Amino acid sequence: MLGIMAACSVEELLAKAEQEEAEKLKTISVQKELDLDFDVGNLLACDKNRIESRDFKEQKKEDFLRALARDNTQLLINEIWKLPTERVEEAIVAKLPEPATRLPREKPPPKPKPPTKWEQFAKLKGIQKKKKTNMVWDETAKEWRRRWGYKRANDDTKDWLIEVPQTSDPNEDQFAKRVHAKKERVAKNEFNRLKNIARAQKIKTPGVGLLPRTKQSKDELSRAVSVAKTSTASAGRFQDRLPKEKPPKNAGKRRKFEPLIGDFSSEKQKQLELLKVMDSKRPKLDITKAVNKQMREEDREEAASKRKGRKGGAAGRPKGKGGKGKGGRAGGGKAGGGGKRRGKPGKR
Amino acid sequence: MRPLTDEETKAMFEKLSKYIGENIKLLVDRPDGTYCFRLHHDRVYYMSEKILKLATNFSRDKLISVGTCFGKFTKTQKFRLHITALDFLAPYAKGFGVAAKTTQECRRVDPLSIVVFHQADVGEFIRNEDTLT
Repeated sequence: MLGIMAACSVEELLAKAEQEEAEKLKTISVQKELDLDFDVGNLLACDKNRIESRDFKEQKKEDFLRALARDNTQLLINEIWKLPTERVEEAIVAKLPEPATRLPREKPPPKPKPPTKWEQFAKLKGIQKKKKTNMVWDETAKEWRRRWGYKRANDDTKDWLIEVPQTSDPNEDQFAKRVHAKKERVAKNEFNRLKNIARAQKIKTPGVGLLPRTKQSKDELSRAVSVAKTSTASAGRFQDRLPKEKPPKNAGKRRKFEPLIGDFSSEKQKQLELLKVMDSKRPKLDITKAVNKQMREEDREEAASKRKGRKGGAAGRPKGKGGKGKGGRAGGGKAGGGGKRRGKPGKR
Repeated sequence: MRPLTDEETKAMFEKLSKYIGENIKLLVDRPDGTYCFRLHHDRVYYMSEKILKLATNFSRDKLISVGTCFGKFTKTQKFRLHITALDFLAPYAKGFGVAAKTTQECRRVDPLSIVVFHQADVGEFIRNEDTLT
């Protein structure tokens, strides 16, 4: 009885399993009128099938769209599964082919740069660019060296022996002269490069000198203002000032000092007055000192009240400790002279 | 060499007042002679007027030092007091100075090292000159 029952249920189970399998496969395969266009490299699938507006209106729109998306995604993934796969760290990875669709430009194409001074001249004269070799034979080092750059061939700044020409000053440093000339050429090249860039980007450059930097300090700005003010026909004497601007105190080139051996008594008087002013400005009460003193008082009171509380309990030790501590502190205070127990050098 | 400007004098006096408080006027106004501050190569020198008058005979680059150097002005015009000023500041000092390692450092130190806190006054070095090596 049981066996037959079991067999029946087994058959049912098998049938059920088969049905489920079929359903699964059904969902994997999708039927479409027209095949989709796939660009697996870009993970792109284009569905050209017509959407019946009736279908769209019949069902709920969300469900219809979801079903459509699921179908198309299934087809795309089927395509991906067709690709060759490889294992990378316990994951199966499909090798995507090259993308077929060409994506549009992200940024606009670069504008053509205006030709540099040399390029203009070369075009005018019809000079062609000659391809030069990278390496040049260096006779002195007997090896191939690069044409320019680090350890280049025929570097005249690296000569260890220079003959002093007849026409030059015997005391002149020829080595320094060559190094200096090199620096000049480098600087000139850099300057011309920057000028080319400025011309290309139409940045205005001053005729002489450097451009002002973007962030200028207060000194630089004030100096610029004073220079601008003074650059008038009457050297800035009749220039209006802003409402809160102070008159320039030392606009002249040289600072003026008191004479070295002036009137000693007047010097003394000035210094004493300065001291008096400083004294009056200084606060009489030192905040930190006052706060520290207050804190000390509070601590002392607390300790005293604690001791009184403990008097009934443990007798001598805490009292002795407290007393010693107090005595030590007082002694230290006396030795400190002027109550500088915190160990700071005389600070007012 | 030149006298100090107002700002420089102010900066210097501020610094000195931290050590000797109001007694700066005893330095400025002395009963036993007129003393003055002069600036030479960013350093402040304290000298009597006699020395000053003698010092005027030297050119700037040949003159090295005059009187006692109290300190110098840094590139950013802050006044730095030097140890050579100690002789003049000591009689008027506001309190004893103490230098010690912080309590945290004392706690962190290895168990065999000894922590000493020594307070001394100006004369200790002179008093113990014989016993010090």
